[in-house]
Amino acid sequence: MYRYVIKRLLMLIPVIIGISFLVYFVIDLAPGDIISQIAPEDATIEEIQELREEYGFNKPILVRYGEYMAGMLHGDLGTSYITGEPVFQSYMKRLPNTLMLAFASIFVSVMISIPLGILSAVHQGTWRDNITMVVALLGLSMPNFWLGLLLIILFSLNLGLLPSGGYGTFAHIILPAITVGTGLTAMLTRTTRSSMLDVIRQDYLRTARSKGVPEKKVINKHALKNALIPIITVVGTQLASCLGGAIITETVFSWPGVGRLILDSVNSRDIPMVTGCIIMKTITISVILLCVDLLYAVVDPRIKAQYATRGGKAHGR
Amino acid sequence: MSHPILEVQDLKKYFKTPRGTLHAVDGVSLRIEKGKTLGIVGESGCGKSTIGRVILRLLEPTSGQILFNGTDIARLKKAQMRGMRKEMQMIFQDPFSSLDPRKTINHIIREPIVEYGIIKDKKQIEKRVLELMETVGLAERLINTYPHELDGGRRQRVGIARALAMEPKFIVCDEPVSALDVSIQAQILNLLKKLQREMGLTYIFITHDLSVVNYFADEIAVMYLGKLVEKAPSEELFANPSHPYTKALLSAIPVPEIGQRPERILLKGEISSPIDPPDQCRFMKRCARAEESCKRECLGLREIGEGHFVACWKI
Repeated sequence: MYRYVIKRLLMLIPVIIGISFLVYFVIDLAPGDIISQIAPEDATIEEIQELREEYGFNKPILVRYGEYMAGMLHGDLGTSYITGEPVFQSYMKRLPNTLMLAFASIFVSVMISIPLGILSAVHQGTWRDNITMVVALLGLSMPNFWLGLLLIILFSLNLGLLPSGGYGTFAHIILPAITVGTGLTAMLTRTTRSSMLDVIRQDYLRTARSKGVPEKKVINKHALKNALIPIITVVGTQLASCLGGAIITETVFSWPGVGRLILDSVNSRDIPMVTGCIIMKTITISVILLCVDLLYAVVDPRIKAQYATRGGKAHGR
Repeated sequence: MSHPILEVQDLKKYFKTPRGTLHAVDGVSLRIEKGKTLGIVGESGCGKSTIGRVILRLLEPTSGQILFNGTDIARLKKAQMRGMRKEMQMIFQDPFSSLDPRKTINHIIREPIVEYGIIKDKKQIEKRVLELMETVGLAERLINTYPHELDGGRRQRVGIARALAMEPKFIVCDEPVSALDVSIQAQILNLLKKLQREMGLTYIFITHDLSVVNYFADEIAVMYLGKLVEKAPSEELFANPSHPYTKALLSAIPVPEIGQRPERILLKGEISSPIDPPDQCRFMKRCARAEESCKRECLGLREIGEGHFVACWKI
């Protein structure tokens, strides 16, 4: 088990190198650079040339990338061109906000979707199932920016109940959390339902019933536990992507999270900031996915056995 | 004649399908005496597994009576039925899929004991689980293993231990050995026989394997498309098969003797559809002896010898 964790963490290194390389070069390829934003409007060509040298833009890109990576080895993700603040610090300042939004939306959607999915599966084909599935389809197909705007129109403009954006109180998190959570709830409901339907037909549920286990326990103890793997997968990947920052939702609600930080930095060609944020995002996502994989082992003894015997190769079921 | 532990009267189980009503079990009557084994044989899809499940109310019967020790369990409410489950258990066909993969052997066997509160004390439960494991021939060290770590024979032993945990009087064995290797089949069959002797169990033994049922059953009922076509004590049935379908089935048993080559009766065609079948002999289309006169309404079982019943117009 430990060997598996270490192996997975070591695998992060090539991933980080690859991603940072890609991001660094792609941003460099895009037209325009940071100098055009920092330099005063009436700057002469010489002044601009000076600035370029100061920021090191006169060096070839490979050298710049090399220097950047050398810094990273020492735990330095660089400093922002715009604010002059260390990237790591800016990222960490924003992270709690993103975390809060992510966990709020995941928590709510798990609370709603798992019971709903079970209900839907147990009453497959009835009106309850049909209504749930139609609503879920609706939730899945609504784009976040549109849903966010609708919510703002209804709750902020018309009813005046909730703030349309910003950050600070509990009321501020409600609308963004609903926006992020809707698609998630819909997807998770469908996943829970199909996974439960799969399990409900299994012979061992019949065994449990014939043992005289009450139906409620059959569903909650035997069926749900066996249906959990796909549910964990979806929750895990969604959590990972939420932690990277819900770029659109954060922008719509001016939520000061990581997603907006990245978007703003891309717009201003703040290369160290973008690269640094994306590297941090990569690490976060990888760690979450690793946790998900470890959770599989907790839930399913068969997978646990595989980790133990093979020192942790990719598990096929 | 001793008192029957189970008596089934005119039991029907229909399934609604998009193409019509499927007559899985169509008016079957049976009786089993305490401590005996009734074998139900028939080919795939004849409704023999359905009968087992309906008798235990794992499926709801469409109509008919299921008298267990004189109580009609077909009319019991769900909660009352739960109490009955203690008395009647099932051993399932596939030991690979019928055990919850997330639970240890310990948990699987102990669950019914805990659910019914048969034993309260934790230590006593543990003791009982080990005792059951010993009864079915499972080594003590396997108590904390998961089903996937065991081979088919051991898993089926777990399935048996689990069924025995509530000390039932009556067990439906739904093809308990058909998923196992031949060498292990014999072990499990011997185990079941031993348990029957020691605990006075009554079995319904559902199988498609006639050589197994010959070894195992006191009485055999042959099923075809949801109906019984012949019922007789085992020896009588093997010595004197009367229904054309039974004859064909028996002729298919391999004879383990060199030079012996009994004539096989080959059935032509497929089993006909169980969906909305016409009210006439269901075997007619494949029967060598079928005549125009068979096209009458479906015939019930008639006694042709002592305890030997057949449903055929030609006999």
